[in-house]
Amino acid sequence: MTLDYLDYKAATEKYEPTLGLEVHVELNTKSKMFCSCATEFGAEPNTQTCPVCLGLPGALPVVNAKAIESSILIGLALNCSIAPYSRFARKNYFYPDMPKNFQTSQYDEPICVDGYLDVEVETDDGAKVFRVDIERVHMEEDTGKSLHVGGSTGRIHGAEYSLLDYNRAGIPLVEIVTRIVPGTGKYAPQVARAYVTELRDILRSLGVSDVKMEQGSLRCDANLSLAPIGSGELGTRSETKNVNSLRSVERAVSGEIERQANRLQAGERIVQETRHFLEESGQTRPGRSKEEAEDYRYFPEPDLVPITPDANWIEELRKRIPEKPSIRRKRLQTEWDCPDKEMTSLVNAELLDVVEETIELGAEPTRARTWWLGEISRLANEKEVLPTSLITTEFVAEIIALIVAGELTDKLARQVVEGVVNGEGSPKEVIEKRGLKVVSDDTALMLAIESAISAQPDTAERVRGGNIPAAGALIGAVMKATGGQADAAKVRELLLRHLGQGE
Amino acid sequence: MTNIYSSASEMADSLAKKEYSSVELTQQHLDRIADVDGKVSAFLHVDAEGALTQAAAVDAKRVRGEKLSPLAGVPLALKDILAQKGIPTTAGSKILEGWRPPYDSTVVTKLKEAGVVILGKTNMDEFAMGSSTENSAYGTTQNPWDLSRTPGGSSGGSAAAVAAFEAPLAIGTDTGGSIRQPAALTGIVGVKPTYGGVSRYGVVAYSSSLDQVGPFGRTVLDAALLHEVIAGHDERDSTSINAPIPQVVAAAKRLDVKGMKIGVIKELSGPGFQAGVSQRISESLELLVAAGAEIVEVSCPSFEFALAAYYLIAPSEASSNLARFDSMRYGLRVGDDGSKGAEEVMSITREAGFGKEVKRRIILGTYALSSGYYDAYYGSAQKVRTLVKQDFEKAFGQADVLVSPVTPTTAFKIGEKSEDPVAMYLSDIATIPVNMAGIGGMSLPVGLADEDGLPVGLQIMAPVMQDDRFYRVGGTLEAALLSKWGKPLLANIPELGGVA
Amino acid sequence: MTAISREDVAHLAKLARVEMTPVELDHMATELDHILSAVKRVQEVATQDIQPTSHPLAMTNIFRDDVVKPSLTNSEALSGAPAKIDGRFKVPQILGEE
Ligand SMILES: [Mg+2]
Ligand SMILES: [Zn+2]
Repeated sequence: MTLDYLDYKAATEKYEPTLGLEVHVELNTKSKMFCSCATEFGAEPNTQTCPVCLGLPGALPVVNAKAIESSILIGLALNCSIAPYSRFARKNYFYPDMPKNFQTSQYDEPICVDGYLDVEVETDDGAKVFRVDIERVHMEEDTGKSLHVGGSTGRIHGAEYSLLDYNRAGIPLVEIVTRIVPGTGKYAPQVARAYVTELRDILRSLGVSDVKMEQGSLRCDANLSLAPIGSGELGTRSETKNVNSLRSVERAVSGEIERQANRLQAGERIVQETRHFLEESGQTRPGRSKEEAEDYRYFPEPDLVPITPDANWIEELRKRIPEKPSIRRKRLQTEWDCPDKEMTSLVNAELLDVVEETIELGAEPTRARTWWLGEISRLANEKEVLPTSLITTEFVAEIIALIVAGELTDKLARQVVEGVVNGEGSPKEVIEKRGLKVVSDDTALMLAIESAISAQPDTAERVRGGNIPAAGALIGAVMKATGGQADAAKVRELLLRHLGQGE
Repeated sequence: MTNIYSSASEMADSLAKKEYSSVELTQQHLDRIADVDGKVSAFLHVDAEGALTQAAAVDAKRVRGEKLSPLAGVPLALKDILAQKGIPTTAGSKILEGWRPPYDSTVVTKLKEAGVVILGKTNMDEFAMGSSTENSAYGTTQNPWDLSRTPGGSSGGSAAAVAAFEAPLAIGTDTGGSIRQPAALTGIVGVKPTYGGVSRYGVVAYSSSLDQVGPFGRTVLDAALLHEVIAGHDERDSTSINAPIPQVVAAAKRLDVKGMKIGVIKELSGPGFQAGVSQRISESLELLVAAGAEIVEVSCPSFEFALAAYYLIAPSEASSNLARFDSMRYGLRVGDDGSKGAEEVMSITREAGFGKEVKRRIILGTYALSSGYYDAYYGSAQKVRTLVKQDFEKAFGQADVLVSPVTPTTAFKIGEKSEDPVAMYLSDIATIPVNMAGIGGMSLPVGLADEDGLPVGLQIMAPVMQDDRFYRVGGTLEAALLSKWGKPLLANIPELGGVA
Repeated sequence: MTAISREDVAHLAKLARVEMTPVELDHMATELDHILSAVKRVQEVATQDIQPTSHPLAMTNIFRDDVVKPSLTNSEALSGAPAKIDGRFKVPQILGEE
């Protein structure tokens, strides 16, 4: 008997997926979790290490206060309770990139517990909110990095030896663990993606991490199991690691659903194991089997004392929690009357903050959006820098105000922006230096209009007679006479009125 | 004239009066080491050049009239468990052979700042696991009182160096009695300060919640002077107490115990303790009564279980602390012939680099922490720790200090207990409760046992950060004993010769 | 009955990364059995109602400010390395997980 391959649709019609997510976030503290070494990315190997993070005999850890603060902020933003008493524990296992051969982590006494995050997913029946329960938020430290030399380059298998750099060892990490998310059905991949996206946005809004998945400052492990729909059972789970983008989160989960469904279908059992996500194929491949589970021999870290955050401190931190990014996005979209597509562009380009700031400085919303997303982004692209590094929100607001006042045309404004970006000074200085002021003085314009009319009397006569389009030639002449610095709309208005065609 | 048989405080006085220089004093100790260490084997590494350089620097400062700390220019022996920059630091283990730390432990920094001259590193039981210094990978140390006997351990090298006049002062560490027991067995003063009183930064960890650094000296005052040099808050040690250092030097000089209540712990006396030991202890108590103290009996019923709890807690923490010795970043590497993976090389190195007792404790600790056994072993041991603390709290409600013998017997023969770990563990029965509760304790030499002529130590214990109390009682008793004996106890050392 | 078998010791030795010969395993099993029968006395008094004490001090909240201080130099960091290349620690091939 041959079994038909179950595609995703068939798989989810037969099996109910159960999802669980573990996200590791590198905090953006200046110094490491337990020592004062710098955390800056990209330093020469083993130049940001000390007796503590190298695990030299005799060295002792001291907790970074900022890491505690960031962890509490994360817990609060995820609706967690902050533990009045929490402790570090040692997780004992041997691995060459871990200097002490134990990871200083938290075990049964994490700093934050019992939170949740609501995420919205588009379903067949419209947008639906899924609540993802957070089991715990705990602190730990990162490991060093190994480089495998020989054999197939970069891969462990076949490597002749490995080289270790401990600059990353001891970087503070926060691990956010969900409970299993029930009832996602076929939307499990979307829920997973929406959760990581929302989490990333929250972490960014808190300013506690760079949250760059591609650089590894945010890493996601997806746990997944399947059970026949309606069985009420919980299947054996696999844990997929190395998922390095939001899109991959979704692909990893859907791929794993399909893989597991087909195994079950074939009467095979699911092995509890760690699997690695392969970016190119979207498949996962097996890593170390957890059949023979490591015995981590956790025990309270005797070199550190418990953490008992003061209630007042927690309340102070609670005040610092910003509006939830998804709620803020909805609010701003309504306030700015912004189309969905443009909103998405702003979010993706990470321009929400500057646009909001520019609008707060008095700029008209549509113009603020257009300038940041358009001309400024274009220049930034050209120069391969961030738009925000080119010009301040104050200057953008100022330029927009001049446009609205009719003192700059869009064309002139582009030149002003270019001048500011090139370091020629403030918008006012650029206008001054480049002589970009719009000719809006009615007297000067009227003189130009009158000389255009006397130069083309026939055309003027036709306009008087009701042939409005004929005014184009006259307007063109005025614009030419003023060196393009006149506001064309204004010229048109004055000209038509002068020729008895004004409204 | 320099006199290596005088006390550290006398040496400090002579240096201050410029009767001789630190270079002369240091050289004389280096000569003494050259003479006798072949018999005692107290040192693993002698840093003659470094010591003389340090001494010369102190002398120069003194000539310039700079303000110096009380022990400036006085030599000291350092247990080989403390990291000293650029100086071999082995913790008595083959796995650290040749390792030279790129940093100083806080205690070493403080010693250097105080101008104390570090002569070298002393022998010890490997990773401080032992009570006889027989577990060193570099050979055993002999007791200067009888070279066929052990000086105790694990700080046996430090104690022997002081007793053999190779150094007037030494640093040891005490996890379950490793300062007090060798002090008792060699007839010198040894102090385990309150846990958190002295920084552990740079001290190769055995059992983090129990380890503590402390001083050895030939007198109570010497120990106190050194105690004040090394004590104090250290922001690099999260378990360091941020409070003023107990005024132990003043306490050592007070020589008065009028009105003090001294509690004798019922459970740490009587049968199980050598007769000669018990006898010297009772006489000491009589001297204290004569000096105006009151003796009360206290009961600490859970001490009976402290030894068992210790031999679960210490190996558990050790199994984790010693995981870092894996041949990847420093120390010994064995079996890396290009064909083996890192994991295998780790295992081979650890097999070759660790001694028998260390492996025994690593395996025991791994067992006590492993899933399914944690509650029954490590968890239960922690509960015993609570009971021990409670016993102490109750006892300190009835007495200012508590006393007991330091050890059940005087110094035992080398090899006598090395094949029976449980028998060896019993030598720490009276010292372990102090570490479990994190309080401080002193070992004071109170005479020689009649049956073997070997030193007996009295243990004096005080509550957390009240270390001055045992210095006060110790100093008073020391003075009474000295006037009774007419000469220091160490003047009776039969071997090595030359005691003035 | 023995509390600990030779297989138990072999498992523990593996967890602790200590290579042991069969003879050593047997010897260690006997010794551990002896030690364990002595130390399991702790269970006699460790009743449910007693809070465990994992640390002698009752201190909490010991933190340091998030300030960068100088690290070791690369050569200091590698000074004890059994093998090194290009400023990195050279170790035997790491097998197992990627
Ligand atoms: Mg983790
Ligand atoms: Zn560091």
